[in-house]
Amino acid sequence: MKIGSPRESHEGEARVALTPDSAAQLKKLGHDCLVEAGAGMAAGITDAAYEAAGVTVLPDAAALYAAADVVAKVRPPTEAEVDLLRPGQTLISFFYPAQNTELLERAKARGATVVAMDMVPRISRAQKMDALSSMANIAGYRAVIEAGANFGRFFTGQVTAAGKVPPARVLVVGAGVAGLAAIGTATSLGAITLAFDVRPEVAEQIESMGAEFVYLDFAEQQTDGAATGGYAAPSSPEFREAQLKKFRELAPSVDIVITTALIPGRPAPKLWTEDMVAMMKPGSVIVDLAAERGGNCDLTVPDQKIVSPNGVTVVGYTDFPSRMAAQASTLYATNIRHMMTDLTPGKDGVIVHNMEDDVIRGATVTTAGEITFPPPPPKVAAIAAQKPKEKVKEPTPEERRAAEVAAFKAQTRNQVGLLAVGAVLMLGLGMVAPASFMQHFIVFVLAVFVGFQVIWNVSHSLHTPLMAVTNAISSIIILGALMQIGSGSFLVILLAALSIFMAGINIFGGFLVTRRMLAMFQKS
Amino acid sequence: MDYGFTTAAYVVAAILFILSLGGLSGQESAKRAVWYGIAGMALAVLATLAGPGAGLWLLSLILIALGGGIGWVVATRVQMTEMPQLVAAMHSLVGLAAVFIGFNTHIEMARIAGMSMEARAALDGFAAVIAHKSPVEIGILRVETFLGIFIGAVTFTGSVIAFGKLAGRVDGKAKKLPGGHLLNAGAAALSLVLLLVYLQSGSTLALIVMTLAALFIGYHLIMGIGGADMPVVVSMLNSYSGWAAAAIGFSLSNDLLIVVGALVGSSGAILSYIMCKAMNRSFVSVILGGFGGTAGPAMEVTGEQIAIDADGVAAALNEADSVIIVPGYGMAVAQAQQSVSELTRKLRARGKEVRFAIHPVAGRLPGHMNVLLAEAKVPYDIVMEMDEINEDFPSTDVAIVIGSNDIVNPAAQEDPNSPIAGMPVLEVWKAKQVFVSKRGQGTGYSGIENPLFYKDNTRMFYGDAKKSIDQLLPMID
Repeated sequence: MKIGSPRESHEGEARVALTPDSAAQLKKLGHDCLVEAGAGMAAGITDAAYEAAGVTVLPDAAALYAAADVVAKVRPPTEAEVDLLRPGQTLISFFYPAQNTELLERAKARGATVVAMDMVPRISRAQKMDALSSMANIAGYRAVIEAGANFGRFFTGQVTAAGKVPPARVLVVGAGVAGLAAIGTATSLGAITLAFDVRPEVAEQIESMGAEFVYLDFAEQQTDGAATGGYAAPSSPEFREAQLKKFRELAPSVDIVITTALIPGRPAPKLWTEDMVAMMKPGSVIVDLAAERGGNCDLTVPDQKIVSPNGVTVVGYTDFPSRMAAQASTLYATNIRHMMTDLTPGKDGVIVHNMEDDVIRGATVTTAGEITFPPPPPKVAAIAAQKPKEKVKEPTPEERRAAEVAAFKAQTRNQVGLLAVGAVLMLGLGMVAPASFMQHFIVFVLAVFVGFQVIWNVSHSLHTPLMAVTNAISSIIILGALMQIGSGSFLVILLAALSIFMAGINIFGGFLVTRRMLAMFQKS
Repeated sequence: MDYGFTTAAYVVAAILFILSLGGLSGQESAKRAVWYGIAGMALAVLATLAGPGAGLWLLSLILIALGGGIGWVVATRVQMTEMPQLVAAMHSLVGLAAVFIGFNTHIEMARIAGMSMEARAALDGFAAVIAHKSPVEIGILRVETFLGIFIGAVTFTGSVIAFGKLAGRVDGKAKKLPGGHLLNAGAAALSLVLLLVYLQSGSTLALIVMTLAALFIGYHLIMGIGGADMPVVVSMLNSYSGWAAAAIGFSLSNDLLIVVGALVGSSGAILSYIMCKAMNRSFVSVILGGFGGTAGPAMEVTGEQIAIDADGVAAALNEADSVIIVPGYGMAVAQAQQSVSELTRKLRARGKEVRFAIHPVAGRLPGHMNVLLAEAKVPYDIVMEMDEINEDFPSTDVAIVIGSNDIVNPAAQEDPNSPIAGMPVLEVWKAKQVFVSKRGQGTGYSGIENPLFYKDNTRMFYGDAKKSIDQLLPMID
């Protein structure tokens, strides 16, 4: 199959859906790659680089759409581009089918198959093709950089010869992929970072990135993100009030606010109101990553940077990933390549559009003249519902002490009991047994005692040498044979001689093999 | 030379033996300790030869030299994977020697009993010691001799069977004659009756019948124990050989024999205890064979075993920072320890942290894995015991399980109905990723399904352990 990427027609869009690297990988799947002349220029990829990777460069979009079986692009297609599609052709791009119903109808009418990269379900298997996440990651990073460019101070606190510089305080609202990327970037630049999210289960993730989670004092059980495929759900009015109250508290003290709050299929919630902007210090910066969907901040103007009356900069750009076109193109092209891998299960260049597959089914919005959006819920739940944490009951110091004392007493009782029983048995034996036996018996008991004390200290790793050496030592039985061989009948001599012979094997064998083993133990 | 010198030499020898065992607490001190043992043994033998009662010492020395020659050849030729067999074989020799010496004592006793007072006074050496005993002392001597022969005989056949099982010459499966443990109990009861008979009469026949009964007990007891329980069996036989020596020591009134017998006996007993504890089973249940009854149906294992090829394992190893390898008997069977060592060396050269986790009952002999790894030149300071390393699994990138099964079975913790519930296990499944090198699907020795193989973070690396690891080696870079 031929996979082609046109130049993005949307103004200012610098990304491209195919890179030389991804083309090389696609070739391994048995596909041929095409690209429109100049498609990669804005992302820093020349046509020559494509050609070097074996990609055919076609002069214009019309030629590309005519030649390609699969068209891979970034932005949703324009109406003109949809009209270039032909039946049986596949288009892979962002599509936002919920918002672009007319475009969807049009694509359906053309009979083409459309795979929407924004509709890839959020399950672990599909993470490698989750373009929303990879773009959000870039947006989060870029938001901090953009904020820094408009902020007049350092992020990190410093004590210099010219005076002390306080660190910047950054508040990140919404800890999705973009929010977490922003948190990571801000903390690594040295800012004191606070973060807020309506989903309580992300607190751990936030803290693991080095930010402080802003807790709300709110009794109502907040909805677990697991129920909504890992995305936030709309919150109740009371919750919203509590949330805004918290933000008003924070507004005067924060220097940079990065808002990333989005609810799937709805306009962005207004979380940073005009009065909060007014409370902020002059020179502060607000970066609104939700600008495309109306913005989280009241003052946000999409695609523009404005300055509020009190000197707060509000950045409302909607093209953060495009502003980092080289990085974004690499990641997006990889996402596309993974999608193609799933669509080409045989790695033989034949596309199998398996509508039974959760991921492919979810992302396909129209195929064979039918609209297949919205998809049925995936068979695999996105994220396992979080179990409420069980609190381990910490024993109080008194309880612990009592337990220790009890354990000590029990141990003492045991030991004294054993000693008493042993002593009584010993005395009993002493009453009947002759002195000559008792002499040896005492030696025996003491030796057992010493043996137990000594052996407990033997390291576990030396148990095999221990067995070999005790083996050699137990051949001490040879002494018995040596004592007997000198006396009595022929039979005695024969048996004693045999015993000596066997014990001899054991002594030498046991000690030598022990020595051999011990010599092998080497320290690194 | 007189009795005083011998006794003094015995005291020194006993101390040397104790030091020799005590030195095994660390790898470095152990290297010195073994020489203490050798010195002790040499001193004891020489002192006995020089002391009262010994005769025919030229013959004795020749026999020792002959036996020593054989021992030397065996010790230098034996493969480290064959250590369990060797140890078992050596136990059988001690057992048989104990039986012979016990019979000698009996023969001497019988001979002296028939002598007149004048003839007794003329005796010297061992016979003289017996001749001076009072009737009560003779009674005690009979009990001691009887015990010595009994334990020695059990040790002898038990060790021979254990050797056969470990060497693969006898089927490793647990087998019992019809009648099971009743036969053993019957033989033991018979021996007890014969003890009373012997105590009264000193009859040779009673002694011989008892010996046969004891030989049968040793044979039948060990036949009924399966391969994976061998660590307990071998350490138990180790203990018996010690007790046999101690019993013989009593009958010969030789304190050094008593001391050493007691040391060895308690050493084996402790080892058996540690092994049983590591399997969460009582000593009796191991000896009686088979796993305990289950309390209910085992937990359903869901999911599938996902296989992986060498490329995948190598890629994960190349990315990992910390690796823990869990070897088991399968590694010894496949002779994979050299390859594992080479893999360890390569990974460590890349600056990765590689460690080994050893379960107390891994292998067929206590400490077996440590010796195999040491032979393959794996430094001992990266070979950890279970208690030392179990907490580190959650922070480990890759755990590799090579030829072990039950000792990494999560069912022991998760399923109260599992036959191995409560057994301490290595928590490999807590590592970020687990690779299991295994011959094929199927359960291990105990026949217990292992849920580890079905976990999300587990990948099965099927094939012969040595070949699998050798495949990996060139891919580590």
